[in-house]
Amino acid sequence: VENVRLLDRLSSRKSALGTLYLTATHVIFVENDSEAHKETWILHSQISSIEKQATTATGCPLLIRCKNFQVIQLVIPQERDCHDVYISLIRLARPVKYEELYCFSFNPKLDKEEREQGWKLVDLSEEYNRMGIPNNYWQISDVNRDYGVCDSYPTEVYVPKSATAHIIVGSSKFRSRRRFPALSYYCKDNNASICRSSQPLSGFSARCLEDEQMLQAIRKANPGSDFIYVVDTRPKLNAMANRAAGKGYENEDNYSNIKFQFIGIENIHVMRNSLQKMLEVCELKSPSMSDFLWGLENSGWLKHIKAIMDAGIFIAKAVAEEGVSVLVHCSDGWDRTAQVCSVASILLDPYYRTMKGFMVLIEKDWVSFGHKFNHRYGNLDGDPKEISPVIDQFIECIWQLMEQFPCAFEFNERFLIHIQHHIYSCQFGNFLCNSQKERRELKVQERTYSLWAHLWKNRADYLNPLYRADHSQTRGTLHPQMAPCNFLYKFWSGMYNRFEKGLHPRQSVTDYLMAVKEETQQLEEELEVLGERLANLQKSQLNDGKVKSKQQDRSKRLGLSTSNNSLANTPQEYSNDLKSFPSRSPSQGDEEDSALILTQDNLKSSDPDLSANSDQESGVEDLSCRSPSGGGCLPSEDSGKDSDEAVFLAV
Amino acid sequence: MLRSSQPLTGPNRRRCREDELLLGTVLDEEERGFIIDTRSAQAAKQARMSGGGTEPKAFYPRWRRLHRPLERGRPLQESFIRLVEACNESSISMDRWLSRLESCRWLSHVKAALSTACLAAQCLDREKAKVLVHGAEGTDTTLLVTALAQLILEPSCRTLLGFQGLLEREWIEAGHPFHLRCAHSAYSHARLKQEAPLFLLFLDCVWQLSRQFPFSLEFSEHLLLTLFDSAYASAYGTFLCNSEKERCLCKVKENTHSLWAWLNQPGERKKYLNPLYTHNPLVIWPSVEPQSIQLWQGLFFRWIRSSQYLDEAWAEIQHLVESS
Repeated sequence: VENVRLLDRLSSRKSALGTLYLTATHVIFVENDSEAHKETWILHSQISSIEKQATTATGCPLLIRCKNFQVIQLVIPQERDCHDVYISLIRLARPVKYEELYCFSFNPKLDKEEREQGWKLVDLSEEYNRMGIPNNYWQISDVNRDYGVCDSYPTEVYVPKSATAHIIVGSSKFRSRRRFPALSYYCKDNNASICRSSQPLSGFSARCLEDEQMLQAIRKANPGSDFIYVVDTRPKLNAMANRAAGKGYENEDNYSNIKFQFIGIENIHVMRNSLQKMLEVCELKSPSMSDFLWGLENSGWLKHIKAIMDAGIFIAKAVAEEGVSVLVHCSDGWDRTAQVCSVASILLDPYYRTMKGFMVLIEKDWVSFGHKFNHRYGNLDGDPKEISPVIDQFIECIWQLMEQFPCAFEFNERFLIHIQHHIYSCQFGNFLCNSQKERRELKVQERTYSLWAHLWKNRADYLNPLYRADHSQTRGTLHPQMAPCNFLYKFWSGMYNRFEKGLHPRQSVTDYLMAVKEETQQLEEELEVLGERLANLQKSQLNDGKVKSKQQDRSKRLGLSTSNNSLANTPQEYSNDLKSFPSRSPSQGDEEDSALILTQDNLKSSDPDLSANSDQESGVEDLSCRSPSGGGCLPSEDSGKDSDEAVFLAV
Repeated sequence: MLRSSQPLTGPNRRRCREDELLLGTVLDEEERGFIIDTRSAQAAKQARMSGGGTEPKAFYPRWRRLHRPLERGRPLQESFIRLVEACNESSISMDRWLSRLESCRWLSHVKAALSTACLAAQCLDREKAKVLVHGAEGTDTTLLVTALAQLILEPSCRTLLGFQGLLEREWIEAGHPFHLRCAHSAYSHARLKQEAPLFLLFLDCVWQLSRQFPFSLEFSEHLLLTLFDSAYASAYGTFLCNSEKERCLCKVKENTHSLWAWLNQPGERKKYLNPLYTHNPLVIWPSVEPQSIQLWQGLFFRWIRSSQYLDEAWAEIQHLVESS
């Protein structure tokens, strides 16, 4: 469709005219601007909702909201075209078959072996070996080898040595969805473990010998303690209500040597609504500080993040400080349980704070343990009540930790954002379906590519320059401050306002420091080489000259020269007295920024010619110019483009 | 950019030819100027009853007046006190914290101050127009705006020395009554009439700038915290008294040492430098969206929580930059 306008969502004056294309996998908007032809690509999988708004004089507006929090507003001149686009997008954004998803057509031009190698990058049996299993207390069980016991569990589960197949099967019959207690994390220093399951089908008074034996087996696997904690991550009221439906929680009277604990985290419906409310706050035009803070509190979002974190802290403490094993469950053991186990693991084990370790953690506690990616993130069209930002919350917990412990993680914020992006993008096959069983039936590994391999290949972009493996912050357990700590939870504008460039610091400290670090390393290597040569050659002056010129190059490449326009930014609209003046700064191209702010006071409103103005919207050019390699350093998808990268590329 | 106090128009709409002439000569032919009045239009009008007022359009035809009310005086002090109380209360649950923070209004004041400073800067930089800033007395919110605007516009104000010069000019010499404003503190039970944390509000705004432009200020948060302390109590005479006149009378320069002299010693100044600093010749326009304005934890939680991990991070940054 031609002559479509892409509005800057926050400044209604600014818009770009271009052509809209719909392909099998993407929506693409190409600007007419003769030089740049800037493109905006959106994967259909990313589309969360499409809203057709009332036709105005300028055309028919269409608002597209994405799961990665990008919001696009288009104005299509003809109502008929708008309707067609709307209907098409509705269909394209709600695929019915897995084969419609992008991962089945995405082609990064790797051969079969490279694809396989990519999938092998993260190997869970290696991970359990790293933990020290199998050993005297824990073993691998193949009782679920054909998914016969639990179809949402993996084929390989790790259980206490004293848990026989009979006990496992018996216990599984007493657990919701047959998700019996299985090992998530084992601490070899003190034999304490984190196990996970779903709720017992105890109702008001039902008992199951095998299930009780299972919990005893977990306790026995830790000789250092005579009891285990059983943590129910639901609010007490909800858990009690489940009893009426024949489910519920463990009765301390029936299970010997357990200490039962509720840690109330709300359910997926509450979380879905919470996110919705928070996004509404983000969409406010020129909010006051009050509007924002009230709106944020009203959504409850940070309260939920803190609740998940607190649960993780409790469990980590039990394992690290008390040396007591913990069994965690919620209702079905695939949402809150996954969040809480993985947060606890990250606090406990520095390995999970490395890039590879983090991938392994997600693979273990989310992918292998049957978190319902399809239902939660809408790979395919399904029940809207199943949608919930469960893994988003986990990812945010990690970001909050990164803010509190800047040296403790090997990876940076961009790593987290890209992972979140790809959970929804379906460009890779890692997060399809609802279980390992389904993925194997769909032959995901033979037909799609692994995100982990892709991220690993581009790992230079995801490193945290402040991370040092021998730093005190990176070793051992992390101890987030318990109280007071409300103020430590910040609004993650890097994620929820990701595409509003005007909100973020224009200069990325991470990228700058990475560039410095790399340059230093390179220089040190060069110096070593040169030093050796110096020892061999006689003409030392020649060598000195070469070293000097390298240093000059470096400061240019780091973008430190003063003629660098990428440091420039433009003013936003600073007066928000009048509702009709949105006060966000322009997020795309800014040729007319000028007297916007002052027109309300009846000044001449003609825009001065800014083409001679050196202030330019800098976009991600900043980031790419910091890379010593000089070229665009964004992890580029080989064929299809992700929306954020495409937006930045042509600036 | 000019600053002054309010014109003494009074209820009878007095005129002053000299004042009109003065402002007239500031403008070039055909040029227009802006007056940024840091009181609300209503407050400015009411000020006439007690002898003050605003510049009537009829007598200052080429000046356009904009009102940007900024909080000052007692309400600002109350806001500060409430915030400090909220920060010290460990029992607030997460679902009440943000509304508690909001009810202190401190962050709203930060947002308003930055917005107004940006407006002044925009008039100068974008409109190439002259600006006159005043409130009532010209000693509080006026200085907040002019000092911040210069930081935004002028790269030389962002160096360690340049910033000291800015403080000397726009706060100390300009006559901000430090002695009255920074008499006690947020913890004091005595609620003094003249006490108000304007200078702290300024430092908070500077901190917001440093967060949004991490490479563009030569000085670090440590300097800002030191200045905050010094305004209230100091071994040095720099922030003493309420005006240059008082400082002369008290012979401050003869009897005390200067804070700047201390800070600028080679051994000392290292502590106040930002390791990421590189000269940025351009104007720095901050975002004043609520998401972009954060609570200054380094100040408000200074004694409440450990800054160990953040300090370690800065040490690491220092190390990386130095070894390069």
